[in-house]
Amino acid sequence: MIPAQFDYVRPDSLAEACAELGSDEDAKVLAGGQSLMPLLRLRLAYPSKLIDIGRLDALKGVHDRGDHLFIGALATHDEVMRSPLVTAACPLLALAAGHVADPATRHLGTFGGSLAHADPAADLPAAVLALDGVLVAASAQGEREIPAARFFVDYLETSLRQGEILSGVKIPKLGPGWGFHYEKFVRTAQAWAVVGVAVAVKRSNGSIAEARIGLTNMGATPLRAHAAEAALRGVELGDQVRQACEEAAAGSSPPADLHAQPDYRRHLARVLTHRAVRAAAGSP
Amino acid sequence: MSVQEVGRPRRRKEDARLLTGRTRWTDNLTRPGLLHVMFLRSPMAHAAISRVDVSGARGLPGVVAAFSGQDFAAEQGSLPCAWPRAADTVIPEHPPMAVSGVRYVGEAVACVVATDRYRAADALEAIEIDYEPLPAVLDMERALAGDSPKVHETGNRAFDFTSTHGDVEAAFRDAPVVIDRTYVQQRLIPNAMEPRSVLCDTDGETYTMWSATQIPHILKVMLAMVTGVPEHTLRVIAPDVGGGFGSKLQVTPEEVLCLLLARKLGRPVKWTESRSEGNLTVHHGRDQIQRIRLAADADGRVRGLQVRLLADMGAYLALLTPAVPLLGAQMFNAIYKMDAYEFACTGVFTTKMPTDAYRGAGRPEATFGIERIMDELAAELRMDPLEVRRRNWIRQEEFPYTTISGLTYDSGNYEAATDRATALFGYDKLRAEQADRRDKGDPVQLGIGVSTYTEMCGLAPSRWFGSNNAGAGGWEHGSVRVLPTGKVEVITGSTPHGQGHVTAWSQIAADALGVPFEDVSVLYGDTAIAPKGLDTYGSRSLTIGGIAVLKACEKVRDKARRLAAHLLECSPDDIEFEAGAFRVRGTESQKTLQELALAAFTGHDLPEGVEARLDSDATFDPENFSFPHGTHLCAVEVDTETGMVRIRSYVAVDDVGKVVNPLIVDGQIHGGIAQGVAQALFEEAVYDADGNLLTTTMADYLLPSAADLPDFTLDRTESPATSNPLGVKGVGEAGTIASTPAVVNAIVDALRPYGVNDVRMPCTPERVWRALGAEGVRR
Ligand SMILES: Cc1cc2nc3c(=O)[nH]c(=O)nc-3n(C[C@H](O)[C@H](O)[C@H](O)COP(=O)(O)OP(=O)(O)OC[C@H]3O[C@@H](n4cnc5c(N)ncnc54)[C@H](O)[C@@H]3O)c2cc1C
Repeated sequence: MIPAQFDYVRPDSLAEACAELGSDEDAKVLAGGQSLMPLLRLRLAYPSKLIDIGRLDALKGVHDRGDHLFIGALATHDEVMRSPLVTAACPLLALAAGHVADPATRHLGTFGGSLAHADPAADLPAAVLALDGVLVAASAQGEREIPAARFFVDYLETSLRQGEILSGVKIPKLGPGWGFHYEKFVRTAQAWAVVGVAVAVKRSNGSIAEARIGLTNMGATPLRAHAAEAALRGVELGDQVRQACEEAAAGSSPPADLHAQPDYRRHLARVLTHRAVRAAAGSP
Repeated sequence: MSVQEVGRPRRRKEDARLLTGRTRWTDNLTRPGLLHVMFLRSPMAHAAISRVDVSGARGLPGVVAAFSGQDFAAEQGSLPCAWPRAADTVIPEHPPMAVSGVRYVGEAVACVVATDRYRAADALEAIEIDYEPLPAVLDMERALAGDSPKVHETGNRAFDFTSTHGDVEAAFRDAPVVIDRTYVQQRLIPNAMEPRSVLCDTDGETYTMWSATQIPHILKVMLAMVTGVPEHTLRVIAPDVGGGFGSKLQVTPEEVLCLLLARKLGRPVKWTESRSEGNLTVHHGRDQIQRIRLAADADGRVRGLQVRLLADMGAYLALLTPAVPLLGAQMFNAIYKMDAYEFACTGVFTTKMPTDAYRGAGRPEATFGIERIMDELAAELRMDPLEVRRRNWIRQEEFPYTTISGLTYDSGNYEAATDRATALFGYDKLRAEQADRRDKGDPVQLGIGVSTYTEMCGLAPSRWFGSNNAGAGGWEHGSVRVLPTGKVEVITGSTPHGQGHVTAWSQIAADALGVPFEDVSVLYGDTAIAPKGLDTYGSRSLTIGGIAVLKACEKVRDKARRLAAHLLECSPDDIEFEAGAFRVRGTESQKTLQELALAAFTGHDLPEGVEARLDSDATFDPENFSFPHGTHLCAVEVDTETGMVRIRSYVAVDDVGKVVNPLIVDGQIHGGIAQGVAQALFEEAVYDADGNLLTTTMADYLLPSAADLPDFTLDRTESPATSNPLGVKGVGEAGTIASTPAVVNAIVDALRPYGVNDVRMPCTPERVWRALGAEGVRR
C-alpha cells in the first residue's frame, strides 16, 4: 500500500517542531511511525506534512527526578522494557512495554507515540492510567501538564491541543509495599490485546491496602476499574479477592470485533483482573 | 565407493542464497522503461457497472495509461477453469477485468499504468465508477433457495456431483448407531510469504512474463488460450518464488492483464500486490458445510458413511475451483473399511472471492470430517478413539487394499505408526492425568486428540485425470546433461517455490550417476530452459518429478555404458558401473563418467546409434497416487475460565515411504502441522453482511508464529510406495491434512464432560467459552 503525497520536515529543536506543528492544522507528528505509517499506507489519513521529531534530544531517555520518573516521549518500548530506572520505580510499565507487539516494533515504537495515539487496545495507556501518570505537553505557548485521567478523551482522541507535542510523562514513585502485574489476553503471541489488565497493589498485613487497575480495550479509552478498586480496598488476600474482582467490568463499554463480543470481554476483564491482582499481590 | 546421498539429512543448497538475500523475487526485477500497474478494485460485493470514467486519471503526472474493463473487452477472453469434474458444471464468463458488473469485493474494475507506483496509486483515486448495487449472496444454504438473488443468470448452483459405493440404505437400515453431524470448514486465506507479483516485457513480437507462480508451464499454455497470443511467442519465468500453498496455482486476472498491457503499450509493466490486496484477491481456500452421517454396529464397526457437502465456489470458477472439494470424494472413507459410502457435493456460487486449491485441497476437509466423526462414534460407544479406529482400519497384511471408494492403497502400516505415536506421546499417562483433572474439577482441563490420516497425493496418473474430466494430465519431465567436464545439470519441469528441489534432485542424481552432490546443479522455472513440465502442487514433485529425473539419469547411464563398451572394446553387458566409473568386469580397465562426457562432447569416436553429448530426458507418469499416512496425537490444555486453548504436546508419526532428505521431510511436516493448527485455532476469512471482507490485515486475519506453537515430536515409519522406483510418497500436504482434526478432537475431548461435542473452527477462546455455556465455568 502506498501513502498519498505529504511533505516531510525533521526539526532540530522542540521549539522549531512546535512552530511547524502550530502553523499547519493538517500536519502530524511522526515518532516511531508504528501506528501512523499503517494509517498512511492504508490511506486512512492524509496529513499535509509529517514533522519527524526523531532528532529531538529533549524528548529522549528515562530520567530520575526524585519523587517521579520522567519518561521522554521518544523512549522506545524496548528502552522502557529494559530501563533499570523503570524496573526499580514503576515496573508495571516495563511489564506492559514487554507485551507490545514484537521486538522490531518495540525498537521503533515510542512511549509517547503510544499515548498520543490513544488506541484503547494499546498496552501502555492503561498502565500509565493505573499509575496516575502526568503527561507533559509542549507548544509554542510553553508547557502544560495533563493528568492521565484527563488525557484520554475518546477513541484515538486525547486532550492534546492543536500545536502541542507530548514531551514526556511523569510517573510518580509509589514507594515500598507495592506489587505490579500486567495481564494481557491475546489470541496469538504478537497480537493486540483482546483485553488487558494493568494492576498495582499495595499490600499490608495480608490484606490489600490499595489497588489501582487500568483496563485495556474495555471501551473507547483506557479505563480505571474504579468499582473493583473500591471493592478490593481492605480485602484479605484469599477467596474474597475474586468476589471483589467481579466489579472489574463495571462501567465499561467494551467493543465488539472479530476477536470478541462485549459480554465475553466483560467476563475476561473479571477473570483477568482477579489473576492480575493475585499476581501483583504475590498471592498464589 | 561414494556415500549414498538418498536418505542423507543434507542441508539445503538453496538456503545460503535465500537467507543472505541473493534472491530474484519478481518484485525485485526491473527492465529498462518499466511501468507500474495498479488496479482499482470493486468496493461492492455485487453490482452492475453503469459508468466507468478513467479520464481523470489519464491526465495526471506520470500516468501513461488508464483503462476500464471495456477497454479490454475484445481481447481479454475468459479466465480458465481447467477441471469441471462434474458433467453438469456451469462455467460462467470470467473476465479478467470486470466489464458490466462485479461479483465480489476486490474484483478489478480499472487500472492505471504509471512511471512509478506512487503516481499510479494516486491516479486510482481519480477514476470514477457508478455502480448499481445488487444484493450480495453470502450464505450457501440460502443461495440455493429458489427465491435467492442470483450471482449469475444461470443461478447459484455450479454443479452437483454424486458417487455411491455399496448399498448405503442397507448399511443405515437398523444400524445400532447412527451419528449425524454438521461441520463447517471455514474460509481461509493462503498467506505465502512472498506476495504475488507479475512483470511482462515485450520486444514487439515475443513476450516474457516473470511471475510469482507455481505453474509457469501451465500458465504459458493458458495465457495463449485465453488471450490468443501465440504460444510460441510466450516465455514464462517463475524466478525465486516465496511459497504458494496452492495460491499461486492459478491463472490470475493480473497475469492476463499484464500481458495485454505489455501488448497494448509495447513496454514492460509490473504489478505487485499489497498484503491487504492479496487478502482480498488471492484465491481463498476451504469453505464447506459438511453434513456427515455414519452408521455403525454396537462394537464400533463402521457400516456406512454418507457425506453431503456444500462447497462455496465464490463468484467464479477459477483454475481448479470446482475440482477441489471433489478431491475429497474418495477420501472421506480414509483408512477405514466399510460396506457402503455415498458422497454428494453441490458447488455454490456466492459473491465472494473464488476458492481454489489451498494446501491439501479437498483432502484436509475430508480428513477433518471423518476423523471428527470417528471420535464422535468413540464417544457415543464410550470407547477409546484409538480403539474405534483399530477396529476399522485396513490391517497391514491387507495391503494392497482397494477401498470402498475405489482407490487402491499400495502400502501402509497404521498399527506401527499408531504404536510408535502413542509411545512417544505417553498416551496412557496423559489419559490418567486427564481423568485426574476431571475428578478434581481443575479449571484447566486436558484434552487428547487423535488423527489417523491418510491422503492421496502425488497428483498424477494422467489416465485418472483424463477419466475425471481434467483439462491436463499429471506426468512430469526431467532431463540430465553431463557436461564436458563431468559436472551435471538437471532440468526439472517441477517448479519449486520453497520445497528444496535443488537439494533433493541433486541427491537423486548424485546416486544415480555416481557424482558428488556438489557437482549437480538444477535448472527450473523458465519455459525456455525447462520447456516441458506440469509444475508443483498436490505433493507431486518428488513422486513424479523426482522420478523423472531418476529415469533420465538411468538413460544417461545406459548411453554412457554403450559408449564405454565401444571405447573399451567390449560388450555393454560386460560393463559394470560403480562410483561414477564404467569398468570392464573383472579388469582394471575403465572409463570415468567425466572421460565419457568429454568423449561424447568431442564426438570423435562414437559408436553406431550413439549421438553426441551425454544427456537424456524422461517423463514419468505413475500408475497410481501415493498414499502417505500417519498418526498425529495432540494434547491441549483448555482454560475453562477464559476458553483459551494451549497445545501442550504434539506427536506426529508419518509414513511417507522412503525418505530422500529427512531434513526436508521434517520441515514439510513442521510447516504443515503449523498450517493445520492455524485452521483449527486462528484463521478465518470473514465477510460482513454486505459482502465486505473484514479480515484484510494481519491484525484481523491471525497467523500463528513459532511462539504460538509447541515443539513437535516427529518420527516416521516406512512403508515404501510401490508406484515408483524410489518408494517415495508425497509429504507436502500431510501435516496440514493430519493436524486440524487432531487439534479440534483434543479440544472437544477436553470439553466432553461439559456436554460439548463440537466447537466451530477456528476454535477461538470466545467460541470455546461459549461452548461451555453462556456464563462459562467459574470456580
Ligand atoms: C505490527 C504492530 C503491532 C503492534 N502491536 C501493539 C501491541 O500489541 N500493543 C500496543 O500497545 N501497541 C502495538 N502497536 C503500536 C505500537 O505500540 C506503536 O509504536 C505506538 O502505538 C505508536 O508509537 P510510535 O512512536 O510508533 O508513533 P507514531 O506511529 O509515529 O505516531 C502515532 C500517533 O501519535 C502521534 N504522536 C507520536 N508521538 C507524538 C508526540 N510526542 N506528541 C504528539 N503526538 C505524537 C502521531 O502524530 C500519530 O498520530 C503495534 C504496532 C505494529 C506496527
